[in-house]
Amino acid sequence: MDVDALYQEIILDHYRNPRHKGLREPYEAQVHHVNPTCGDEVTLRVHVADGKVADVSYDSLGCSISQASASVLTELLIGKDLDAAMAVHNEFLALMQSKGQATPDEDVLEDAVAFAGVSKYPARIKCALLSWMAWKDATAQALVNGAQS
Amino acid sequence: MNGLLDLDKIRADFPILDRRLSGDRPLVYLDSANTSQKPQSVIDTISEHYALHNANVARAAHQLGEEATAAYEGARDKVAAFVNAPSRDGVIFTKNASEALNLVANVLTWAGDPYGIGPGDEVVITEMEHHSNIVPWQLACERRGATLRWFGITDEGRLDLSNIDDLITERTKVVAVTWVSNALGTINPVAEITRRAHEVGALVVVDASQSVPQMPVDLTALAADFVAFTGHKLCGPTGIGVLVAEPELLNQLPPFLGGGEMIEIVRMEGSTYAEAPHRFEAGTPPIAGAVGLGAAIDYLSGIGMDAVAAHEHAITGYALERLQSVEGVRILGPTENVDRGGAISFELGDIHPHDVGQVLDSYGIAVRGGHHCARPVHARFGVTASNRASFYLYTKPEEIDSLVEGLDAVKAYFARGL
Repeated sequence: MDVDALYQEIILDHYRNPRHKGLREPYEAQVHHVNPTCGDEVTLRVHVADGKVADVSYDSLGCSISQASASVLTELLIGKDLDAAMAVHNEFLALMQSKGQATPDEDVLEDAVAFAGVSKYPARIKCALLSWMAWKDATAQALVNGAQS
Repeated sequence: MNGLLDLDKIRADFPILDRRLSGDRPLVYLDSANTSQKPQSVIDTISEHYALHNANVARAAHQLGEEATAAYEGARDKVAAFVNAPSRDGVIFTKNASEALNLVANVLTWAGDPYGIGPGDEVVITEMEHHSNIVPWQLACERRGATLRWFGITDEGRLDLSNIDDLITERTKVVAVTWVSNALGTINPVAEITRRAHEVGALVVVDASQSVPQMPVDLTALAADFVAFTGHKLCGPTGIGVLVAEPELLNQLPPFLGGGEMIEIVRMEGSTYAEAPHRFEAGTPPIAGAVGLGAAIDYLSGIGMDAVAAHEHAITGYALERLQSVEGVRILGPTENVDRGGAISFELGDIHPHDVGQVLDSYGIAVRGGHHCARPVHARFGVTASNRASFYLYTKPEEIDSLVEGLDAVKAYFARGL
């Protein structure tokens, strides 16, 4: 298989220069997700304000795909309305489950289109989805926590 | 290189080794500690079993049933002879080594005196166990109020036996230890540990999953109480594992799974149970799996386990030397080719094992990346994961060269644009 199709330059760039990395205040929820097969880990915080994704901060250990995916996620989602952010999440999830058959919507996914090739490698899909699943989980908790406070 | 088998001859027995992968690259299979490849004789035997002899065993009074039963029980005889088991009736077929270890841990959880684990008892394992020889004991200890203790690992990757007298005591009920570490490659002094454990009256459980495929073993001489291994790592099919113990011991333990074949008489009010081995083989067993395992044992016996071990030793020595010449490689486990099996886990700089494995795969090189079901070993060495190259009787020195070239390519790839 053509490994360059997997490791797009965009992915390698985000891997080497991760955006928005590090854990920040304030946040309404923090989650810790792991990929049990390889031990990749992400701790991710979500700050929701005025119906928007005000901040996503994270600390992670893992392969280039999982690291780059977390970085791309923060670039895409920070500042978006929650509905729009969830739509991006759903689009990314659908792309990862497409077995390489989908044509990603670049207007929605921006840099995340670079992950299209990952969907052809079943062992790596979990790596790409790790931070996205963590974000969804944290956001759900943030909404509950925010409603309570 | 001394000790190598006739590789052209051996490799011709394994059809998969001729496979071309995408990009028309030859397969370089360095993942045999994960599962071994299968010789044509094993594939043919399984196929022939289904084509000509298929029937259920021990419950069909017809010709095919007799043939299938003879083949299944014949496989038990072959396994017993191959490992020099104390008795063929103490050879139990399971679905894999994990099931064999879980069988032991569960029946010792349920057994009363004198074998059962009870409150205040201690179970001793090691930090270098596969998860299959950790989790069942954690469960057993939780369920019975017993305490789990373990041997640590030295910086070199050997078992730290310096506190053996503190660990193995009158309170010790079970000592469960791996013979050869699947992650570090270390060959442990299981006979010595068995002697110490028996001195205090503890039962000894040995995970032999990585030793039975690689070296001649004599389980009667070892004298451990329970020994588990799996068929698919020794040229056999998946779905067949083995537990070896003394039938006299097995017959004093409660059953594991209930069902057909494991019973003596079933009444609505209660049942009595068969003796070993059938006592622990509820339901239709993996018949074709056992027959295939028998063929694998015939194949390996034909070559000779001394010769297999010598080959593995030679290849491991060469791989240790070549890998250490690669800048950035750090080997987890013994770097000296002494008491060492053919699995080498390593890190490559700070490049994640998934990324290393992925780029190697693009060159047709199959290694494992992850924690190899031995997370505590990785934690001990301060890493979350590693790559593992592992060898078998068909591994060529040229494949080690391919791995080394592949690692240089990995480094070049991830250095790109830095």
